[in-house]
Amino acid sequence: MEFFRIKKDIPFMRHALVFNVISLVTFLLAVVFLFTKGLHLSIEFTGGTLIETHYGQSADLEKIRDALGKSGFTDYAVQNFGSSQDVMIRLPLKGDQNTAQIGESVLQALSAETPGVELRRVEFVGPQVGKELAENGALALLLVIIGIVIYLAFRFEWRFSVSAIIANLHDVVIILGFFAFFQWEFSLSVLAAVLAVLGYSVNESVVVFDRVRETFKKVRGLSTPQVLDHAITSTISRTIITHGSTQLMVLSMLIFGGETLYYFSLALTIGICFGIYSSVLVASPLVMWLGVSREQFVKPKKVIEGANEDGAVV
Amino acid sequence: MNRYPLWKYITIAVALVLGFVYTLPNFFGESPAVQLSSARATIKVDDKSQARVEEALKAAGIAHDGIQLDFNGVKTRFKDTDTQLKAKDALEKAFNPDPADAQYVVALNLLSASPQWLTALHALPMYLGLDLRGGVHFLLEVDMKGALQKRLDSTAADLRTVLRDKNLRHAGLNREGDRIVVKFRDAETQTKARYVIADNQPDLDVVEAGDASEPRLVATLKPQAQNKIGEFALKQNITTLHNRINELGVAEPVIQQQGADRIVVQLPGVQDTAKAKDILGRTATLEIRMVDDSPGALEAALAGSPPYGTEVYNERGGQPLLVKKQVVLTGDRLTDAQPGFDNQTQEPAVHLTLDAAGARIFKDVTRENINKRMAILLIEKGKGEVVTAPVIRSEIGGGRVQISGRMTTSEANDTALLLRAGSLAAPMEIIEERTIGPSLGAENIQKGFHSTMWGFVAIAIFMIAYYQVFGVVSVLALASNLLFLVALLSLLQATLTLPGIAAIALTLGMAIDANVLINERVREELRAGMPPQAAISEGYERAFNTILDSNITTLIAGLALLIFGSGPVRGFAVVHCLGILTSIFSSVVVSRGLVNLIYGRQKKLAKVSIGQIWKAGTAAVNGKK
Repeated sequence: MEFFRIKKDIPFMRHALVFNVISLVTFLLAVVFLFTKGLHLSIEFTGGTLIETHYGQSADLEKIRDALGKSGFTDYAVQNFGSSQDVMIRLPLKGDQNTAQIGESVLQALSAETPGVELRRVEFVGPQVGKELAENGALALLLVIIGIVIYLAFRFEWRFSVSAIIANLHDVVIILGFFAFFQWEFSLSVLAAVLAVLGYSVNESVVVFDRVRETFKKVRGLSTPQVLDHAITSTISRTIITHGSTQLMVLSMLIFGGETLYYFSLALTIGICFGIYSSVLVASPLVMWLGVSREQFVKPKKVIEGANEDGAVV
Repeated sequence: MNRYPLWKYITIAVALVLGFVYTLPNFFGESPAVQLSSARATIKVDDKSQARVEEALKAAGIAHDGIQLDFNGVKTRFKDTDTQLKAKDALEKAFNPDPADAQYVVALNLLSASPQWLTALHALPMYLGLDLRGGVHFLLEVDMKGALQKRLDSTAADLRTVLRDKNLRHAGLNREGDRIVVKFRDAETQTKARYVIADNQPDLDVVEAGDASEPRLVATLKPQAQNKIGEFALKQNITTLHNRINELGVAEPVIQQQGADRIVVQLPGVQDTAKAKDILGRTATLEIRMVDDSPGALEAALAGSPPYGTEVYNERGGQPLLVKKQVVLTGDRLTDAQPGFDNQTQEPAVHLTLDAAGARIFKDVTRENINKRMAILLIEKGKGEVVTAPVIRSEIGGGRVQISGRMTTSEANDTALLLRAGSLAAPMEIIEERTIGPSLGAENIQKGFHSTMWGFVAIAIFMIAYYQVFGVVSVLALASNLLFLVALLSLLQATLTLPGIAAIALTLGMAIDANVLINERVREELRAGMPPQAAISEGYERAFNTILDSNITTLIAGLALLIFGSGPVRGFAVVHCLGILTSIFSSVVVSRGLVNLIYGRQKKLAKVSIGQIWKAGTAAVNGKK
């Protein structure tokens, strides 16, 4: 079996502008959604109480809301979770309430209404913890970006590292845009997925760049767009098969992983799909426009001299 | 060219065998068990206890599947949970005849059902996180400011004694926020007092303040002293939590310091969260103060104007009691509290033991206050309650104090427990809580397992169909990766959580990348017309750099998660990082070993099975080479 029987290099670079415009539009849309709708942050970040209960038969959400209202709770959110028998209740943080006891009092209120309710999970997060998690998440993202830029700059050239990181950050923003648009819950595990995707799709750029470097060194007489076209064409088969395999695994998590892994695998899915696109079709044109050329690879001495002027690190 | 030296094959074989051995315990599952451990530092669980357990079970007619003794206590396995519950009741009766005064902790537990020889090799199953086995997780924050203020309060009391001993009269000595302010009538006393305080309290920074008409000294705690107090408070709180959790009967509680002022408490298998929280949340601190019994004072206080330096607290029974604000002793000075009986009257009593400094203060105070009452207060979250307020009959020296009168045996037990466990050095607050029911835990394991399994199967089918023999090699390499990863996690006794399982799945999905890279590269070389042996060799060689680069970028992301992640994210990150490391070995070394075994010995290899190679005209660039 062989899926890809490509006779000539596909002229990706001819359409580079189109790809980048598409990217830009998606990116801007994502930013707009992030600003207008905002992320639906999980209680891990906002602080509050989350209670998951299980009923013997289908749960009557209205009745649960009534019971909570009667017990003096306000601003609660009650929704089904997975099945009609599972109910999730969220309560925001309250200034001076004894937050640690909320779980029990909710359960008391519910069992008074419907006996036989089973408490499956309680999560309570205080305000200071949530703030720290948000800060740490931002720091982790920053560390990943800096780490990858430095590594790629050492390994390749600054042009590659800059375009790879731009392309992949644009993935991150698009994932976040999806989460904002659909108001999916953004939890810690989604953050982990986003960071994992960032590392993973940089891979993609690395594989293409590796080929670019190799082609520059080996083959003479090709223009930069031709070299990029060749590099992309010769790796496209691997790109799609690899991502397809990873996606198979993610899909399996999406189907069998249940609610807990649902948003995690959803973030991965979006990340993988946009990862292919951006690392191949966004990063490469960026490298081209940043002015990559054969001389940077073939005559290393000259590159180092030139490096002082334009800041290359190779 | 495609041959490995023997040592490389042996390395691979040894790695695989080790991987297999250390993965094995995870497949045996767990059997229900009952664990007996000591609830007191003075009681040791040893061979004798093991024999007693055996006897007790025999007497109750309960069959068991083996008894073992380790540093955690005596663990007995049973064939099902019903027998386990029966055995727990039987042991509870045999070892704790008086439930109010439990000397042993009898707890339900799960033990790995793997055979003895594996356990002897330290091959243990992965430790399951709370989201997989059910239980409670608490993050508690210690109120360091409270600890410092408490320390300043007792320091202020010490200063009063010191100044009185030296005959230095002051016009008021009080704690104001986080400093102690001493007022004087003249500058001379102020200077003298300054030296005296500096000599007696090396932890204090003393500064002169005020003017000639109103000289003052302002004392603050030195930063080093503050740190020391903070560390000590945290340690003592952890010890106290240990004592309290022992009462809950949890088999393997985790109580750890996290950061400078936090404590993580994990109680696997605990379902009664209300009770757990009640016991943990008893953030009580102990204080001994004098009672103001002067006539009319209590009435005035109840009317709303308590005499200066006093406040009203309620006794257990509900009667109000006027207590001086000045603290004689705090729980820090209490080293032990045990229930017992009065030697003369045979009434139930609580015996307290104080440390040296506490004993000295106590001796002074009791000498000066004979026939007055002293109150023992338990302060919880700013609200205090008088546990007991006995009359001082005589001077009490030696640090051994007995509280008796108007107590039943069980009240004596309770008071002793509260005094002992209640001596938290600083108040704590629950800032994060997670409770996971056992059914949810089991469901999570199943979900995680199914996602990984079906994902793996899907990838395997695709790889074998697409790359044929090379596909089989890739799948075997991937399977060995899974084996190494699980073995490594078991060996490190890392805690496996649901995000951890997700990380295993994701790592497998990403690790196949390396093999795809290699296979595509080999195909490409074949397409370019290389002979098969050379193509395999070149393919592996050239793919390696790319694999290394791409894994390092993924590793950077993993490490960032490991550094900044907490809770579930950290579990994900640990597995992810380990998985990247094992995947480099398995996808490059193991798969190359397999390919070499299959093709390496054939000198005239005409064809390799790597799926169809489409040769009709190579890509334009290759043509130009």
